[in-house]
Amino acid sequence: MVFGTELSMIWAILIAVAVFLYVALDGFDLGVGILFPFAKDARERDQMQAAIAPVWDGNETWLVLGGGGLFAAFPKAYAALMPALYAPIILMLLALIFRGVAFEFRHHGRGLGAKWWTIAFSAGSIVAAIAQGLVLGGFIQGVTLEGGQFAGGAFDWLTPFSLLVAASLVIGYALLGATWLVFKTQGELFERARTWVKQLALFTALAMGAVSLATLGVDPRVTERWGLTMTSVDWPTFIQLAPLPLLAAAICYLLWRGADKRRHFAPYLFAVSLFLIGYLGLAVSLWPYIVPFAMTPADAAAADNALSLMLWGAAPMLPIILGYTAYVYWIFRAKVSDDAAYH
Amino acid sequence: MEWDALLLSRLQFAFTIGFHIIFPAFTIGLASFLAVLEGLWLFTKQPLFKNLYLFWVKIFALSFGMGVVSGVVMSYQFGTNWSLFSAITGSVIGPLLAYEVLTAFFLEASFLGIMLFGWKRVGPGLHFFSTCMVAIGTLISAFWILAANSWMQTPQGWAWADDGTMIATNFVEVIFNPSLPSRFVHMVLAAYLTTAMVVAGASAFALLKKRALSESRTALRMAVLMMALVTPIQILAGHESGIVAGHHQPAKVAALEGWWTTRTQQPTVLIGWPDEEAETNYFELAIPGFGSTVNNAGPDDVLPGLDQFAEQDRPPVWITFWAFRIMVGMGLVMLTLGLWGAAAWALKRLDAATWYHRTLVLAAPSGFVAVLTGWITAEVGRQPYVVYGVLRTADAVSPVSAASVATSLLFFIVVYAIVFSAGALYILRLMGKGPESDEPPPQSKQPPGTPLGAAIEEAP
Ligand code: HDD
Ligand code: HEM
Ligand code: HEM
Repeated sequence: MVFGTELSMIWAILIAVAVFLYVALDGFDLGVGILFPFAKDARERDQMQAAIAPVWDGNETWLVLGGGGLFAAFPKAYAALMPALYAPIILMLLALIFRGVAFEFRHHGRGLGAKWWTIAFSAGSIVAAIAQGLVLGGFIQGVTLEGGQFAGGAFDWLTPFSLLVAASLVIGYALLGATWLVFKTQGELFERARTWVKQLALFTALAMGAVSLATLGVDPRVTERWGLTMTSVDWPTFIQLAPLPLLAAAICYLLWRGADKRRHFAPYLFAVSLFLIGYLGLAVSLWPYIVPFAMTPADAAAADNALSLMLWGAAPMLPIILGYTAYVYWIFRAKVSDDAAYH
Repeated sequence: MEWDALLLSRLQFAFTIGFHIIFPAFTIGLASFLAVLEGLWLFTKQPLFKNLYLFWVKIFALSFGMGVVSGVVMSYQFGTNWSLFSAITGSVIGPLLAYEVLTAFFLEASFLGIMLFGWKRVGPGLHFFSTCMVAIGTLISAFWILAANSWMQTPQGWAWADDGTMIATNFVEVIFNPSLPSRFVHMVLAAYLTTAMVVAGASAFALLKKRALSESRTALRMAVLMMALVTPIQILAGHESGIVAGHHQPAKVAALEGWWTTRTQQPTVLIGWPDEEAETNYFELAIPGFGSTVNNAGPDDVLPGLDQFAEQDRPPVWITFWAFRIMVGMGLVMLTLGLWGAAAWALKRLDAATWYHRTLVLAAPSGFVAVLTGWITAEVGRQPYVVYGVLRTADAVSPVSAASVATSLLFFIVVYAIVFSAGALYILRLMGKGPESDEPPPQSKQPPGTPLGAAIEEAP
């Protein structure tokens, strides 16, 4: 079984990476949609959309890999989590429909139609971010299971904690979107995006702090992991982990400075690192569960032959996918100009 | 019938996949068509191929977008609505779906960016390559999803594990299960025909309106060629699907044929009204004995009717029976139109055959109808099982409340209605305009001053 445990661990890490890539990539698409209402005029919105149009579909595919991968590698976790998070998942899917079709529809609608799809794009992005936050929050809290199957209520996921996570994710995605616009645009929009980055860096810092503290309260096991209890602090444990929040604070500052110094690409990288730190912090809190406090990867894993067959596929395919994804980004590396759309 | 989470989940799944399949059915064929157009343009340097490409790629972009968003819904529904199915079969079909994402979805999605936005940014060779990658991606995607679906229809190469889930004993057997070859061929040809019918309809419409003549004539010929050559093969492939189903899912074949009694010399029921209570067909019009012939059975071979199966093991007969007839009817329509077109072409009358053009416009959706009814035949005909003979649909559903599913179904209906009617409107608008053309605009033969002359001059 040693080998089996290792396989399930490899797959847990691969899926975690896929989800992170999803957040880092589709996060900026959704963020641009979230920032849509703050654009000055229709031309600026067109530029904002052109900054993501060639790549959004590839970015969203990481979500399909995350979900499909969970089904394939950890069917029992997938079967436990999806019904538990039914409403927010469906909400996310519906929202992603709107923002996905709006990429094309905005250019085909006339008059009211065009206006409606502009709103649908933005609202779809915002609601998708909220729904993903609710999913994340509901996931961290843990779900009620009986014999491996969901056995809770339809609204178990709806708590102050999940609402806080949802609000924070909207802010975080908006930050990613703003840094992407700094990278991809020029002129007036570039200047505006810089201000957005500076403001959002501050909000993100606050949101991350709030979510981190709230996560400590979710389960005593998390508090213990960080070396904290109601009454005392286990300093050696806490000090080992303290670099994470400190690093996060430092990166928020660098982010602000990067925008201030008119750097083009650095803010996006800093924003992604910020997400990475939050992600690692979460991993530390929840380790070793894939369904928090109920199933470890080994408990939820598919049969060994399924996992190894998939590993044979993933080992060559993931580098190839990353290769051509990078190539597509390289082709569209230039800042967007007015004639970027093919319409 | 009880409106529980099971029935609602079935309705929701049927509704969402029914919407989803409309787009793959079109985009699989259209992607290949675009690759051919671009290849012809690069090879012949004739601008009309470029004009056709640039026209159809816009329609492709709209359809593909809708295919993607409705597909993402599908991949999460296995978990939200069929969690027991997921938990039980995950180790067997999970890898197939994972391979679909790894080998197809990323390929399509990434090169789609170049295909749509790279026209001015990359060289023609690389652009052509991207179109080909998207086209190949759609075919790979179809392969994996159909492998998964076919395994659910004709499962093999698996065993029960100790914890009550299924494991694969041989993945080659799982993937290349008995119904995969015929289903893959039948589905891919269905997609090509669906596209051919749409292209034919849109080109015929442009010809009727006297727009983009050289482009529309060429596209019409390409579509007619496809219809005339591929429909007969498709009918054979459908026949083969029926034979395979007869071996592995005799209850399905009994239902789609409308056979109630087990006997030799089964009839071919042309039309009729199956009644599940009375176990008979009303108003039946049948060719005696022909059913056995079509199913490759000799005159003395006994073929099972529905009386062989306990009532709780039968699929819904009426739906299966009629869905099958509509599909076959569409196949016959396509065959007729293909032959008619080929004849008109041979007589050099294809461009002036106004009645033919009108019929093509009317028949443009026939591929979609055939694909939907074909899937309904296959999927409803396999009830009451999700994994045929092994796992009942009733044992696969998620432990969610009926209220949750009813709400989500309602939302799906509303959202899909809005999104897809807008999409259909935009696509039809594009088709109404027709391709850009390099040829000079049609000269008015009417003297200026007449209403018709004015209308022609005003036209864009
Ligand atoms: C890989 C799996 C898969 C694939 C490719 C398809 N289906 Fe399916 N279908 C299912 C897996 C499935 C399922 C999960 O197994 C369902 C849900 C309930 C059931 O019995 O089977 C189902 C049910 C189901 C039903 C309801 C039948 C009933 O409950 O009486 C319909 C009408 C369809 N499907 C239609 C389609 C269409 C139009 C498809 C074309 C893409 C399609 N299916 C592909
Ligand atoms: C229940 C079954 C199905 C599931 C779960 C499913 C899942 C998906 C998903 C997640 C996508 C989006 C991929 C992306 O992000 O690019 C997609 C698109 C696609 N699917 Fe499906 N699908 C199903 C049935 C089918 C069938 C039966 C076919 C064809 C035979 C098919 C062919 C395609 C194709 C070609 C695309 C690319 C997008 C398009 O052409 O519009 N799918 N599907
Ligand atoms: C005219 C002769 C035809 C015959 C005899 C025929 C036969 C069949 C049969 C028996 C099935 C069920 C297979 C199964 O459940 O395993 C099927 C399914 C299907 N048919 Fe047809 N068919 C015909 C024409 C067409 C046409 C013209 C199209 C579309 C353009 C089409 C599209 C489909 C699709 C999409 C399915 C579901 C996928 C599958 O199971 O293969 N069929 N057909």
